[in-house]
Amino acid sequence: MKQQRLWLLFIVAIFGVAFAPLPLGTAVPTSRTVRLEASSFEFSPAVVAVNPGDQVTIELAATDVMHGLYLDGYDLEITAEPGQTAVLTFTADKTGTFRFRCSVTCGALHPFMIGKLKVGPNLLLWRSVALSLLAVLFFISREPLFVNREPLSVVRKPNAEYEIRNTEHGIRNTEHP
Amino acid sequence: MKRSDLTRIPVVKALLVNRWPQFILRIVALAGFVVAILAGLLGTPVGSRNLSIVFVWIAWWALLILAAVPLFGRGWCTVCPIPMAGEWLQNGALLGPRKRETGDQRSETSSNLQSLVSSLRLRPWPKRFRNIWLQNGGFLLLALFSAVVLTQPMVTAVILAAFLFLAVGAALIFERRAFCRYLCPVGGFIGLYSQVAPLEVRVRDTAVCAAHTDKTCYTGNENGYGCPWGVFPGGLIKNTYCGACLECLRTCPHDNIAIQIRPVGADLTVARGRKLDEAFKAFIMLGSAVVYSAVMLGPWGWLKTTAYSVGSLAWLGYALAFLLLILGALPGLFYLATWAGTAQRGNRRALRQRFTANAYALVPLGLMAWIAFSLSFVFANISYLWPVMSDPFGWGWDLFGTAALNWTPYLSRVVPALQTLVLVGGLAWAAGTARKIAAEKRGGTAVPVIIYCFFITVGLLWLLIG
Ligand code: SF4
Ligand SMILES: [Cu+2]
Repeated sequence: MKQQRLWLLFIVAIFGVAFAPLPLGTAVPTSRTVRLEASSFEFSPAVVAVNPGDQVTIELAATDVMHGLYLDGYDLEITAEPGQTAVLTFTADKTGTFRFRCSVTCGALHPFMIGKLKVGPNLLLWRSVALSLLAVLFFISREPLFVNREPLSVVRKPNAEYEIRNTEHGIRNTEHP
Repeated sequence: MKRSDLTRIPVVKALLVNRWPQFILRIVALAGFVVAILAGLLGTPVGSRNLSIVFVWIAWWALLILAAVPLFGRGWCTVCPIPMAGEWLQNGALLGPRKRETGDQRSETSSNLQSLVSSLRLRPWPKRFRNIWLQNGGFLLLALFSAVVLTQPMVTAVILAAFLFLAVGAALIFERRAFCRYLCPVGGFIGLYSQVAPLEVRVRDTAVCAAHTDKTCYTGNENGYGCPWGVFPGGLIKNTYCGACLECLRTCPHDNIAIQIRPVGADLTVARGRKLDEAFKAFIMLGSAVVYSAVMLGPWGWLKTTAYSVGSLAWLGYALAFLLLILGALPGLFYLATWAGTAQRGNRRALRQRFTANAYALVPLGLMAWIAFSLSFVFANISYLWPVMSDPFGWGWDLFGTAALNWTPYLSRVVPALQTLVLVGGLAWAAGTARKIAAEKRGGTAVPVIIYCFFITVGLLWLLIG
């Protein structure tokens, strides 16, 4: 009975943590312009934070060779010729943290040229940390906290009847009915 | 859970025993391997336009870590082309075992090559290296240069060729698949993670093995080679060093070999045969997943450049930090966690044993970390595959009309959620495993190990979806 209630509690908690609606902050949406300098192989600034609902204008300036920007989650893309600036305007209507990546092959480390756009709080991260905590609590609650308790479960006994040694490498047989 | 034996299904058994299906897969893999080497040597130096990089580090890697390892364990080793040439030389045949020669046939059946190889006396692998420390070292070495290896087609080609070369060399000096078992840096971690796979090769009845004095699965007969991995199937308790090559299925005259579906992670809680080299493999893999996530998928340009500028002072610092983290900090903190969770803290030996045992809880954690890392890397970059299929060398070909297809990340809205599920699932899996391992001994608790796993998971979450 007690066990069952514990289980129920955990399941409710998991759903709560995973799906409960949370307030997203109260900032009034504005429009803002971010200048991003792209050089091999980084964006500067590499992390950009805006508020949900903001009208965001990204000015992508390629300082050395041609670079691009592909924004995960929004699936938007622009490219900038070397020495020039390309402009992308969009409404930040999805909250969370999104990676943006260079979309034009610009050299060896090109596939790893990555930055982050933060739109409001990163709820996915917080929820997943909370889920991890729940998982850990669940297992810890079933574990002796102090080290002087009896073992919890019966360990599989090796088969006493046959024991075949692997002559070369010392692998031995244990589990067969 | 009752294990069900796939070889009881006649079609499955026939397909596995017959050499052709496996041979064809291996030939296809070998062709891909050779083309990858050629593309790396002759093709464009731009990694994302060269088949070698895209094929090996995106397509093959995706197949390996997202499917082959978690589902089939050593399934890749079943079809791996790397040891083929060495095996052909050792066996004096492309398909099937060496003909057992009778006196008067000798002159007819032996080609020059065969007599050459038979004149080489193959040695057993040296005793002191019968562990995976060499594989641990090999993987670390590759990992230190990973920023270059993963992006320079030429370097990738040289490494692939070196694998082939070493495998043939090892086969001409040592018995069986010595390269696979003791040298291949990939094989080392495939073995470690194959312990979680829901499939296993085992014998049906050990009594039959005990009574079978010839042990043809180990020595070989007219139907197949003796175990290329130097493992006696009757003694198998874990997947780690079973290469799933299927030879024992062919050589056992008593139909005693089974390929079973089993609960995932079954080997992790087998207390026997745990070893320190395997424990360190778990740290190396887990640590590399963390470092790769930071270097390759993080927003820090300087870190990427540092990892790439091999030989520079900055790179030396990076290499040192990398090694300290993986061989020092991670195992050190884990040792503390083990200490805190053990009843006999004074007993050094018992403590070391517990340390090794507990490290097997990091196997699911590490595998899931690699899957989470690979999800974003692979889905973001797999679209490079379509153009390089048409233009493998970057020479302007268009074999299938896909050369002009643009790069575009796939599933960019779903991947972070998937990564979350994978990482949290991995944590729960590791915690459950840690509990079972702790329960093997009187008076231990898994709590400190679980907390350790929690912090690693939070770190990975932050790096990958933060
Ligand atoms: S151990 Fe390495 S070379 Fe051998 S089969 Fe496996 S992946 Fe291939
Ligand atoms: Cu680029």
